[in-house]
Amino acid sequence: MDLSLIWAAIILFGIMMYIIMDGFDLGIGILYPFFKDKSDRDLMMNTVAPVWDGNETWLVLGGAGLLAAFPLAYSVILSAFALPLLLMLMALIFRGVAFEFRFRAKDSERHFWDKAFTGGSVAATFFQGMTLGAYLQGIPMSNQAYAGGSLDWISPFSLFTGLGLLVTYALLGSTWLIMKTDGALQASCYRLSKHIATALFAIIFIISVWTPWMDSRIAERWFSMPNLLWLSPVPLLVGLCFYRLQRALSQQAETRPFLYTLALVLLGYAGLGISIWPNIIPPDLPIQAAAAPHISQMFALIGALVIIPIILIYTAWGYYIFRGKVNRDEHYH
Amino acid sequence: MSDLALTLARIQFGFTISFHIIFPAITIGLASYLAVLEARWLMTKQSVYLDLYHFWIKVFSLCFGMGVVSGLVMAYQFGTNWAGFSNVAGGVTGPLLAYEVLTAFFLEAGFLGVMLFGWNKVGPGLHFLSTLMVAVGTLISATWILASNSWMQTPQGFELIAGKVVPVDWWQIIFNPSFPYRLMHMVIGAYLATALLVVATAAWHLLKQRDHASIRKMLSMGLWLILLIAPLQAFIGDMHGLNTLKYQPAKIAAIEAHWENKGNEPTPLILFAWPDMQQEKNHFVLEIPVLGSLILRHSLTEQIPALKQFAPQDRPNATIIFWTFRVMVALGLLMILLAFSSVWLRLKQQLYQQPLFLKFAVAMGPAGIIAILAGWFTTEIGRQPWVVYGVLRTAEAVTPHPASEVALTLGLFVIIYLLVFGMGTRFMLRLLKAGPSTGEALHGDAISPQLDHATAFTLAPEFHPETKTPASAQSAKHQAGTQADDQSKDQ
Ligand code: HDD
Ligand code: HEM
Ligand code: HEM
Repeated sequence: MDLSLIWAAIILFGIMMYIIMDGFDLGIGILYPFFKDKSDRDLMMNTVAPVWDGNETWLVLGGAGLLAAFPLAYSVILSAFALPLLLMLMALIFRGVAFEFRFRAKDSERHFWDKAFTGGSVAATFFQGMTLGAYLQGIPMSNQAYAGGSLDWISPFSLFTGLGLLVTYALLGSTWLIMKTDGALQASCYRLSKHIATALFAIIFIISVWTPWMDSRIAERWFSMPNLLWLSPVPLLVGLCFYRLQRALSQQAETRPFLYTLALVLLGYAGLGISIWPNIIPPDLPIQAAAAPHISQMFALIGALVIIPIILIYTAWGYYIFRGKVNRDEHYH
Repeated sequence: MSDLALTLARIQFGFTISFHIIFPAITIGLASYLAVLEARWLMTKQSVYLDLYHFWIKVFSLCFGMGVVSGLVMAYQFGTNWAGFSNVAGGVTGPLLAYEVLTAFFLEAGFLGVMLFGWNKVGPGLHFLSTLMVAVGTLISATWILASNSWMQTPQGFELIAGKVVPVDWWQIIFNPSFPYRLMHMVIGAYLATALLVVATAAWHLLKQRDHASIRKMLSMGLWLILLIAPLQAFIGDMHGLNTLKYQPAKIAAIEAHWENKGNEPTPLILFAWPDMQQEKNHFVLEIPVLGSLILRHSLTEQIPALKQFAPQDRPNATIIFWTFRVMVALGLLMILLAFSSVWLRLKQQLYQQPLFLKFAVAMGPAGIIAILAGWFTTEIGRQPWVVYGVLRTAEAVTPHPASEVALTLGLFVIIYLLVFGMGTRFMLRLLKAGPSTGEALHGDAISPQLDHATAFTLAPEFHPETKTPASAQSAKHQAGTQADDQSKDQ
């Protein structure tokens, strides 16, 4: 059995969990400007307050897993993207403390932490998206180290993926709110979601055209012959999900919009995975070449395989405890 | 890699982790304290415990939030700024960090939601379980990260293959020689820092004439803990030092500012000096002969290694760690003094009234945090010029970013940390000033915003405004009652 492949699967799973889970709570910050009322904002924040910390822990797992299983990839990728990642972390500081500070602040101070929450969520998402885009474009290496400049991560493509991730998280956030709220707030979320969903569809389409056009290897991966057949369900399913999502929104369904959004995000994620497979540092460092010593991967793997299922169980329990609509008169804080 | 960029990267790491460590230190202590309070509440059903629980959980959640966001920075900084370190030593530190995430961070985060917001959503048993899990999580977290740091201090159980660390024996890696001491010393340090904070809060309220059953309980519980662990901390610190003498003699030589051994003369203990790294000597020396040998060798004659035995480029900076070490030890001794004087006042039945003592207790509020920082500065600067002692030099560990880039991120970190954590500290002080209230326990809502700032130091039902002043004679009878009551429960 190839430990590196198992580890790659675990890390991909961790990042996926992160994108979904922190996605909807960052999304709520991104949507804050659309809701001015304090009690709406309290409510929005309360839908995620009990879970955001757990959601963010998947990001730590992604980093730690990468360091444990692929130290070379960790050191190269993180030094290549030091600036956007550190900026992302700084943004996460603002939005993370806002959960507490907003409720502790006097009325006259609160607007600052509202802005910190929005600004932090938007900036964190945007830098994550830019990092993702720059990663897809590839990282120059020489002699086991990053060989590019400090600002190589800025390109039209990465700016676009930054925007793309903002839209993605906003949709996750607004469909999450549809599920967790009711009344006027929910009604606005239905309206918002329809627009955001359309924007997301456009973005997925543009990225699907842009990546193969940018990189002939990716084009070959998708369009050479048997692959085209195997991979064609991906775009078809994207179309289908988008259609079902719009319908669910029109029918005022409560949970289905969120589920279809999840499906869209997963398909997009799978598409990106297909584009870079089997590299861990695009364009040409394969997964195995960055592997930690066998004994390191093995030691950490035992823990991961035993503990991750347990984590999933108590995380699910936590979500179960806080299931259902969140009431305005419930003073969580 | 310019020297400037290296220096900036080191400052950035030291700065960010110094902030980070403050929050986990308090959350480690408070989580255990909260678990004890909740257990006592379930056992005795005395409302003081519940009031204290609801009060300290607010401080806890504030610190926890700041701990998480500052910790996130640490986990990524290893890669962004210390690529050489991650690439060479990632095979050891990576799995340890992964275990920390898997066994500790998820556990804390998973149960934190229920602990903070689930008071009305789950039964008392499950709620207590959640508090307990969070407390256990903080301790597990400390265990893994300290295993990792201790391995960097006293590396064992690995081979170097093609310039990279390859683990051989995980048992030896985790239970490396300095780990048991460092773990105990750090966890007790965290408990001390928290207990001092709790005691200082109580003392402040007592000085403001806000006497109250829960305030007394806080003071009393905290002081018992300090009495138990402050001397223990000094004892473990001594053993820690002996261990360091064995594995990192240059660090001890620098801590003691001990430049050379003259003949067979036993090592003195230097109380005051200004070590000068250039001139290789101390200015303004005040020393006690033989005491150094006595403390570090437990002998009257044996010497300790001296700084000049190490090549100049392998010497840690004695000017700094001579002093950081003394700050830590002096604060440790003051903590012991605080604890002993509390026993004396208890015997004289004046614990809650003696103003001088209460002022001392307030002043000692931040002492634990300062001692922790001073201790870490000693440890980490004393390890220089190595990141992994004897294996990887700091200069080889750093990512070769241009100095301008590191300066930019460092500058941003400084501004953001001072702003955000400065505000956090203000919110915390505001909470501490408001003090525990009894209203919350009655309506049972775990955390509710209305009660925080408005407050309103609510009096316990058994207290009436006219008996509020503690030291005053009129209320002496009432006082004596509560105090006796208190003591019979605590002792
Ligand atoms: C409340 C906190 C606190 C207090 C009161 C003390 N310490 Fe400490 N000390 C720490 C908190 C700490 C720490 C933050 O936990 C350190 C930093 C790294 C470590 O392992 O523990 C530390 C490090 C540290 C080291 C460095 C070990 C090394 O780097 O290898 C020594 C020798 C001592 N301590 C000894 C003492 C002694 C003799 C004390 C007597 C009173 C003492 N400490 C009080
Ligand atoms: C938590 C309390 C800690 C504090 C306050 C602390 C403080 C410091 C300081 C001040 C430095 C700069 C030293 C210098 O450059 O002269 C430093 C460096 C460093 N420490 Fe720590 N440290 C702590 C814990 C840890 C832990 C737990 C680890 C690893 C698991 C660690 C790993 C490092 C690394 C990699 C460096 C950078 C290289 C260096 O400059 O030595 N530290 N730390
Ligand atoms: C002695 C040193 C350290 C101790 C005792 C410690 C302990 C803790 C604890 C108890 C937490 C839980 C949150 C909280 O209570 O505030 C935490 C958070 C965190 N720490 Fe540290 N830490 C130390 C140093 C480090 C270092 C060097 C790193 C970097 C690798 C790190 C990474 C993190 C991360 C990523 C979090 C956030 C976890 C989450 O999302 O829940 N810590 N730390």
